Amino acid sequence: MSLLHLAIVSPLILAAFIPALYKKFANIHTGWFLLPLPIMLFSYFLQFIFQTSQGDTITRTLDWIPSLGIDFTVKIDGLGLLFALLITGIGSLVVLYSIYYLSKEKEKLHLFYVYLLMFMSAMLGVVLSDNMILLYSFWELTSFSSFLLIGYWNHRERSRYGAQKSMLITVFGGLAMLGGILLLYLMTGTFSISKTIKMAGELSGQPLFVPAMLCFLLGAFTKSAQFPFHIWLPDAMEAPTPVSAYLHSATMVKAGIYLVARLTPVFAQSSLWLWIIAITGLVTLFWGSFSAVRQTDLKGILAFSTVSQLGMIMSLLGVGAAAFHFSGKSAVPYTVATTAALFHLVNHATFKGSLFMAVGIIDHETGTRDIRKLGGLMTMMPITFTISLIGTLSMAGLPPFNGFLSKEMFFTSMLKVKEAGILSLDTWGLLFPVIAWTGSVFTFVYCMIILFQTFSGGFQQEELDKKPHEAPLGMLIPPVILASLVVIFGLFPNILSDSLIAPAMGAVLQNILGNGESFKVEISHWHGFKPELFMTVGVIAVGFFLYKTSDKWIGFYRLFPEKWSFNRGYDRTLELSQLGSRRFTSLYMNGFIRTYLVYIFSFFIFILGLAMVYEQAFKINTDDLAAVRFYEIMLVAIIAAASISILFAKSRLTSIILLGAVGYTVALFFVIFRAPDLALTQLVIETVSVSLFLLCFYHLPKLRKSEGRIGFKLVNLLIAIGVGTIVTVISLSAHSSKKFGSIANYYIENTYKKAGGENMVNVILVDFRGFDTLFEICVLAIAALGIFGMIKLRLAKGKNE
Amino acid sequence: MKTNDIILQTVTKITLFVIILFSIYLFFTGHYHPGGGFIGGLMASGAIVLLLLAYDIEMVKAILPVDYRKMIGIGLLFSAGTGAGALLAGKPFLTHAYTYANLPILGKTSLHTAVLFDTGVFLVVIGVTMTIIQTIGESD
Repeated sequence: MSLLHLAIVSPLILAAFIPALYKKFANIHTGWFLLPLPIMLFSYFLQFIFQTSQGDTITRTLDWIPSLGIDFTVKIDGLGLLFALLITGIGSLVVLYSIYYLSKEKEKLHLFYVYLLMFMSAMLGVVLSDNMILLYSFWELTSFSSFLLIGYWNHRERSRYGAQKSMLITVFGGLAMLGGILLLYLMTGTFSISKTIKMAGELSGQPLFVPAMLCFLLGAFTKSAQFPFHIWLPDAMEAPTPVSAYLHSATMVKAGIYLVARLTPVFAQSSLWLWIIAITGLVTLFWGSFSAVRQTDLKGILAFSTVSQLGMIMSLLGVGAAAFHFSGKSAVPYTVATTAALFHLVNHATFKGSLFMAVGIIDHETGTRDIRKLGGLMTMMPITFTISLIGTLSMAGLPPFNGFLSKEMFFTSMLKVKEAGILSLDTWGLLFPVIAWTGSVFTFVYCMIILFQTFSGGFQQEELDKKPHEAPLGMLIPPVILASLVVIFGLFPNILSDSLIAPAMGAVLQNILGNGESFKVEISHWHGFKPELFMTVGVIAVGFFLYKTSDKWIGFYRLFPEKWSFNRGYDRTLELSQLGSRRFTSLYMNGFIRTYLVYIFSFFIFILGLAMVYEQAFKINTDDLAAVRFYEIMLVAIIAAASISILFAKSRLTSIILLGAVGYTVALFFVIFRAPDLALTQLVIETVSVSLFLLCFYHLPKLRKSEGRIGFKLVNLLIAIGVGTIVTVISLSAHSSKKFGSIANYYIENTYKKAGGENMVNVILVDFRGFDTLFEICVLAIAALGIFGMIKLRLAKGKNE
Repeated sequence: MKTNDIILQTVTKITLFVIILFSIYLFFTGHYHPGGGFIGGLMASGAIVLLLLAYDIEMVKAILPVDYRKMIGIGLLFSAGTGAGALLAGKPFLTHAYTYANLPILGKTSLHTAVLFDTGVFLVVIGVTMTIIQTIGESD
């Protein structure tokens, strides 16, 4: 176990001590005990930058289930490190923020921090594992801890609903991903991601390649809230705001992005990969920003904005995959898309984290997040306003913030798509920049809504429960740090490029570079009067115009009735599946034993008949049949007459007596087939059972006693005839196809010699196969005690009543 | 009205012993001729049922103060014990042993542990049959 393994599981280890610390130091906020850990982890991961920027990777292995090829392999490369720094860095800030956000007196803090630590550990595991099963385990742990965190205020109905929804959707995707992992394993024979990437060239032709890819994409899209699986994210906003800031903007929703980036070297050979990811990303981008505009809850806007931004990153990764189809210089325009994706990943984490925290502050200080009630907070909360200003302008893509840079690169990549000239991109490529531009316009509009509806306009004290004022310092520090990062990355983007982004690109675009080469990442504010600049100007102009005239067209949203939304679709699906399965179950489980017997016998006929026909097993061989004697014919006639008469008997007494007749005739059969022991036993047992039947008959309740023939039912007749036929056919065929002789000769020879007896039946019963007899008498004993118990217990109960 | 079934009761007194003797005969002859523990046990319980028919349950309980449920247990113990006895001799479970011996009165007789096993079967069958009949008979 190396230090690296310890770093991943250290949050889990700390989580074990949290409840004790919470109890022991009740007057200190539990978050303070947590805070050092993510900071330590952050500085620990920082030191790897020097190694990864040289292009090195660090791998540590620990055995887990070696016989199945499953091990705890941790690998740090540029991509993993970028995510690990995001997780620990934003994790530290979120913990600090939560200390001031969550009240020590009112909240169950130990639970909150245990869940949060579980999540942190799981997320580090996801981004650093090199073994896919390990990745999957941590992946599900993120879903699970996210479920717990969303449902943290579990007394609220909406929280429980949101938690269940996110659980169902992400676990659905997680299971699909497990399927993908197994399919990939069938092709490569290894669970190791780095080994799979090395084999990537041999995979693309295989029949399981596309199914595996689709499974992985399903996992990635559900986790990263891509269209149409984005519906869980807005409902996850019921979680406490630190959770929304951490999980649902900066880290967990990027797990899907991570997965796509990680597997790009494996799947990018296929054009399907490029198309699905790019199109889904763009649709998500548009739909997210389009839906964000109609929201009235600040966190709702931010949730849809996260969906939209994730779509943007996803589409960039899709376009970036085109680089695998080119070599040398011509691949460069598409590697720029990957650069933009990774750069925007960092940018989004910074500005979205700070925006969530700012919204949390507003919620905390005013008591509402509804933009219709808010307004005019600019002078009361100047610092929060500044943070929000930086965050929203960066999100809208304005200079000089980092969002501007990534949005420019985004437009650049989208414009390049048309020029690719491969994979029929030239015909449909024009759609890419158009959708991207439209989405960006809406992004601009909702950014303005957040900013102006909250901070400018008239102040409405009568709508608010509290008198708003600026938040405490500790609550402001984390968003201030994030907002200053937004500015720093905006002004000096190249401090990121060589240290983090280039190594991460090296991991995403493996196999493209030759030995010794590395990616050159240059991000600059000014690159001349290019089309993308005009597109940004257009976004600002049109967006500003739309915002100003929003009163006129906001009613347009009402044209889309709530009935047709995806949420309603999800709810209806859930409802219908429950209703449908209940209906279906009650359709065939009607509680009547006679119906179940019909099922059982029909299946019996069907499956045996099918086997007989399919195997062509029917055979009649009359070679070794014995001669038929007169007595046998007579007895058969008696038995047949008695059995058929039972069906037509009018009274039950007649049936019982006829049944006795059948039993005694069977005893006679035993006599003429020379089985005296059986005949004796059959006679006595038949007598006893007939008496028991008579007993039952005597005790039938008078009330509903209706004497009469058995009613006729065609289905029953057919099934009875069917079962009889099948059994007859099978016994005839079985008799006709004996493969081996009997072992009876052994008994005949050895009954006296070895067992000292002459009655072979009895010697077999007590000596050769006495074991069976031992348990048959056990059966008898159980039956007797059962009858005793049933009758006596019923009497005892009657006494009590 | 209480019927006077003296004929039935007198005949029962005589027949009972015949049936019991026949059941014992069936039991002991089992290893060489038709019969054995199962049918012997059924016959013996048949005799007791006859007694039940001629007299009432309380009377039969007084004549034969046997707890039939304990009898089931003892019978199972006999059968399982015979099997376990083979283990003590280092043989597999339920290995029987037999020998021929000259006994003082009976002359040359075979002694077989299978008889002990069969005794278990005999007792269990009587116990089971009588438990069922008694339980049902006592219930209203």
